[in-house]
Amino acid sequence: MSNLIPHLPALQVVIPLFAAPLCLLAGRTGLAWIIALAASSAATATAMALAYLTYHNGVISYQMGGWAPPWGIEYVVDTANAFILLLVSSIATMVLIYSPASVAKEIRPGRGHLYYCMYILCLTGLLGIAITGDAFNVFVFLEISSLSSYALIAMGGQRKALTAAFQYLVMGTIGATFFLIGVGLLYMMTGTLNMADLQTRIPGIQDSRPVLAAFAFITVGLALKAALFPMHLWLPNAYAYAPSGVSAFMAATATKVSLYVLLRFTFTIFGAKYAFGNLPLHWVLLVPAVLAMFAGSFSAIFQRDIKRMLAYSSVAQIGYITLAISLASSAGVTAALIHIFNHGLMKAALFCAMGCIFYRISSTRIDAMAGLGRQMPWTMTAIVAGGLSLLGVPLTAGFISKWYLVQAALQSNLWWLVILIALSSMLALVYVWRLVEALYFKEPSPNNAAVTEAPLSMLLPTLLLAGANIYFGIDTRVPVAMAEHAAELLMRGQIW
Amino acid sequence: MRHHRVLRIISKLLIPFIMLFALYVQFHGDFGPGGGFQAGVIMASAFILYGLIFGLENARKVAPPAVVTKLVAAGVLIYAGTGYMGLFKGANFLDYGALSKDPVAGQHLGIMIIEFGVGTTVAAAMITIFFLFAGRDR
Repeated sequence: MSNLIPHLPALQVVIPLFAAPLCLLAGRTGLAWIIALAASSAATATAMALAYLTYHNGVISYQMGGWAPPWGIEYVVDTANAFILLLVSSIATMVLIYSPASVAKEIRPGRGHLYYCMYILCLTGLLGIAITGDAFNVFVFLEISSLSSYALIAMGGQRKALTAAFQYLVMGTIGATFFLIGVGLLYMMTGTLNMADLQTRIPGIQDSRPVLAAFAFITVGLALKAALFPMHLWLPNAYAYAPSGVSAFMAATATKVSLYVLLRFTFTIFGAKYAFGNLPLHWVLLVPAVLAMFAGSFSAIFQRDIKRMLAYSSVAQIGYITLAISLASSAGVTAALIHIFNHGLMKAALFCAMGCIFYRISSTRIDAMAGLGRQMPWTMTAIVAGGLSLLGVPLTAGFISKWYLVQAALQSNLWWLVILIALSSMLALVYVWRLVEALYFKEPSPNNAAVTEAPLSMLLPTLLLAGANIYFGIDTRVPVAMAEHAAELLMRGQIW
Repeated sequence: MRHHRVLRIISKLLIPFIMLFALYVQFHGDFGPGGGFQAGVIMASAFILYGLIFGLENARKVAPPAVVTKLVAAGVLIYAGTGYMGLFKGANFLDYGALSKDPVAGQHLGIMIIEFGVGTTVAAAMITIFFLFAGRDR
């Protein structure tokens, strides 16, 4: 085993990569699920090992094919991306455990193995984006994860899933193309694609137009992929019409990985001093972030479909994360990373719970789920836990996020931001309460008389995810320690 | 297409050469311009031409969709499997130098196998896309 450890960065990506074609060859849904689950669990174990090793021993570098950087492709793991790898792979595994019953209901018969093939390919892409130390390699994995997620969304039961997938395809392609143009310009100016090498070469030419343009293209492209307001229009439909498992997985991970790349490019490659000192990135991120907090929450209040409501809430939450990034302080980056983690937990739990409801009543509309609180008590418990966390009630993970965010804002002397954060949290209270009210206090609809609790295979992972929201609201050691360490590395703009 | 004798005969004449050219681009890719992507598309174009001229039914007999789908996966497995061979030989992932005693011969062998995997997947994927679009109305 000991001789495997140096190869962990490669295995992190290539285990799921190998599993994807195996799922396709398996041909049967059950077999494909076992392969996908095995690969995803292995990826989680790898991510845990990498997180442990980087936190204690420092940065790990891996040379693909034995070609030395900057010529070859280098995989680099520090605490920042180990944190993201851990989040992505563990959420993927939890949602996979949850998936079989919901796939049986929502995916056309004979297509289950394709679902798992695409799912594990999407995981490969997201892990690859997070782990690579090569700017072009980011684009390649971005496309792997995006293309597979278009296919996954299109597998949703309603016909609208096809338009949602197409809309996301168009927007996602524009985002990825912008990113690629930016990377191309950087390559033109520096002759290198290796991130560490880019970092040393950019300062000499940082005021040249191509580098400025590259910075703009990369920022906008990544903001589009991260669904930052006003570039979020693809997100509500994509999350609302995707199969339940896909909504849970993507809402918890996909936009977060783009935000990580944004952090990596602004802090490590271009450097905080350049992005926030020479260039006005502070305002460029702050204004859309604040608008997202309000526009997202406000739109969420008026949604009749709860999956859409949660999707709009995601837009608002991405606003909080971007707000924290825009502060460009150690505290801000810590808050951003903590909220990336905690928001992943919230949305995974809530979308999984929506999948449980959909499994029983074939709808996620608020009118259809009136009074279900008595019939599906455990699912409702998960929704309440996730909802409280979303609000930021003490003893939930969401509170920790808000706490660090408010502290970071105060540290930057932006007290008015604290007021805005509190106000937008009030809006979250409105839409979460609307859901709770419908579930517990409305007259049960006669159509749902025979509805019982969701099957255990779905309920257990949902409750575990909901429980994680409580657990990480009380025991914050792991995420906070990792986020603080990662923020320190990012702020230092350390060369790998 | 039964009446288009010219098209049918010319296609029949061309298809073997298209395939031969695909193989040339595939296996000469390490010395000249070419490689798996280009070769895969050229190979697929032979099947697509056959499908256009002789009908979808016949094309499906030559390249059964079930087999083609499996080939899409097989190509990726060849690629990743070659990468794993490097690991098993104690080198890094995708380090073909370890595939043979002589690193140069190993690199040569490695890129050949990898590109063959790429070619397989690209050709099979192109044929699958053609089948899906051509058979859309059924």
